Amino acid sequence: MSRVSRPLLYAALLLCALLTTLPFAWGVSGSLRSLDEIRSDPGALFPHHLTFGNFTRLFETQGFGRFLVNSVVVALIVVAGNIVAASAAGYALAKLDFAGRKFAFGAVMAAMMVPFTAVFVTQFVITVDLGLADTLTGIALPGAALPLSVFIMRQYALSVPDELLEAARIDGAGEFRIFFRVFLPLAGPAVATITIMSFLNSWNNFIWPLVVAQSMSTYTLPVGLAATSQAAAHVTDYGLLLAGAIVVMLPVLVLFLFLQRYFVQGIAGTGLR
Amino acid sequence: MATTLVRAPRETAATPKPASPRRSRARRTAVAWLFLTPFALVFLVYTAIPTVAALALSLTDIRGADLRTPFAVDFTGVDNYLRLFQDDTFVRDILNTALFVAVGVPLTMCIGFTLALALNSGIRRLRGVLRTVFFAPVVTNVVAVALIWQYAFHIDGTVNKLLSAVGFAGPNWLDDPNLAMPVVILLGVWRNFGIAMVLFLAGLQAVPQDVYEAAALDGAGRRRQLRHITLPLLLPTTLMVSVLLTVFYLQVFDEPYLLTGGGPLGSTESVALYTYRQFGAGEFGMSSAASFVTLALVTVVSVVQFRLLRSRT
Repeated sequence: MSRVSRPLLYAALLLCALLTTLPFAWGVSGSLRSLDEIRSDPGALFPHHLTFGNFTRLFETQGFGRFLVNSVVVALIVVAGNIVAASAAGYALAKLDFAGRKFAFGAVMAAMMVPFTAVFVTQFVITVDLGLADTLTGIALPGAALPLSVFIMRQYALSVPDELLEAARIDGAGEFRIFFRVFLPLAGPAVATITIMSFLNSWNNFIWPLVVAQSMSTYTLPVGLAATSQAAAHVTDYGLLLAGAIVVMLPVLVLFLFLQRYFVQGIAGTGLR
Repeated sequence: MATTLVRAPRETAATPKPASPRRSRARRTAVAWLFLTPFALVFLVYTAIPTVAALALSLTDIRGADLRTPFAVDFTGVDNYLRLFQDDTFVRDILNTALFVAVGVPLTMCIGFTLALALNSGIRRLRGVLRTVFFAPVVTNVVAVALIWQYAFHIDGTVNKLLSAVGFAGPNWLDDPNLAMPVVILLGVWRNFGIAMVLFLAGLQAVPQDVYEAAALDGAGRRRQLRHITLPLLLPTTLMVSVLLTVFYLQVFDEPYLLTGGGPLGSTESVALYTYRQFGAGEFGMSSAASFVTLALVTVVSVVQFRLLRSRT
C-alpha cells in the first residue's frame, strides 16, 4: 500500500466501522429517552433528557427479571451439555479407533447440514411427547449437543500428539482416565471456544424457544422481548422496547469484547477444513 | 558423558515390560461408543428421528388436532408437494427467498472480502479494534437488532431524519412492498458480513507471503497480484463462504419475521416463514413438505459445493 492511499484506507475503514456501529448507537440513545420525547420527536439522534425509566419499567412491569433468569438457566444447560457431549465425542472421533467411526463422523457432518426449518415441526412433536413442552429443559435440550461443538473438539483433538496418549496407555491407564487426566487438561482452548459458541447459540436463539415456550413463565429474553414488542405495537413505546433490546444484547457484547478470539475461532471452525 | 546419562533410562524403558493388556477391537469399540453416547442420544432424538419423521409427515394429511389420534391420518403421497407448488403464496415465497440469496450472498461476500483485504493490507494499528467492530453484529441478538431497525426505519425514524437533513423526503420503508425487502436484506447482510470477513481473513493469512514477493520482483503490480494470486488461491475459501451464506439465507426466518412479519402484502415472506405459518395453522403435513423443499435445496447446494471443492483440490 503506497503512502498516499494509506490515510484514505484508514478513513474508509473508519467510515465503515461507524456505519456498522450506528444501530447500536441508535439503540442506546433511544433506550435513554422518555415516551413523551420519542412521541414528539421520534427520530432524534440524541436524548434531550437522559432517563433510565425504561429499564426500571422493563423489570418492574414487563417480567424481564424472569426472562433473564430463564435465559441464564437455558444457557447453563446448553453450555454444560455441549462441554460434556462434545469433548467426549470429539475425543473419540479423533483419537479412538473403533467400528463405526466413519459413520459417526458422517452423522456429525450431516447433522450440521440439516436445516432447522426442516425439522422443527417434528422436533416440537417429539418435545411434546417427551412432556417437555413449555419447560426450560425442552428449550435447552436440542442445543445441548451441537454438531459444531463436536466438530471443533475433534479438530482440536487431532492436533494433540498420539504419543502422549500412547504413553499413558503403556502406563496402564484406562481410556476414561486418559480422557480426564491427559486430554481434558490440554483441551482448554477448545472448551473455551465451545463454551462461547454454545452460549451464543442459546442466548440468541429465537424461533425454537418461540415454538416451545407457551407461557410467560418459560419465555427466554428474546421471546419475551418479541412478545413485549407485539403488545406494545399500537403504543409504539420504543423507549421500553429499545431498553429491552439493550438488556438482551449487552451480556453477549460484553462477553464478546473480552473473549472475541474464541468467538472468531468458533466461526472460523465452521469452515476451515 | 551426557549422552550416556540420557540414554540409560531409555534403554531400561525398552527392556521387556509387562505387555499392556491386549484389548480386543470389540472392547475398544464399546468404549468409544460410550464416549459418543451423550451426543448420539441428542442427535437421535433431535436430528435423526425428526428428519425421518418430517419426511413421513410430509406424505400425510396430518393436522395439529390429529396428534392424539395418529391412526386417523391418511397417507396422501406427494399430494402436499403438488399443493405447495400450486399455492401462489408458496411460489411467491420461493421467489422471495431466491431474491434474498441472489442479492444477499454476493453483497455479504463483497463487503466481507473488501474489509478482509483492507484489514490484511498495511493496516496495523487499528486492525484488532476494527475486526472486533465488524464482527460485533454477528454476535448480537436478532430480536433486539430488529427492534432497533424498526425504530430507525420508521417513517419518522432516524434514517428519514438523516435523509431530510440532506434534503430528501424519506419513504415509509417497512410499509412499502418495494422497499421492505431491501431493508430486510440489508439487515441480513449487516448481521453476516462479519462471518465472511473472518473467513476471508483466515484464507488471506494462509497465502504464503513469498508468492507475492516473487510476483513483485517480476514486476506485477497490486492489481495483477490480486487478480492472479490472491483470487485464485482464495477460491476454496470463496466457495466455502458462498455455500455457507447460501445455506444461511435459504433458511432466512428471523429477519423478515421480526422486521416485517413477512409483509407488506407478503413481499418479504420467505419459505421458512411459510413453513412456520403452516405449522401455526396446524397444517403439519404441508409444513413438513415445505420444510423438505428447503432441505432439498440445502442438500443440492452442499453437494454441488463438495463436487466443486473436490474438482479444484
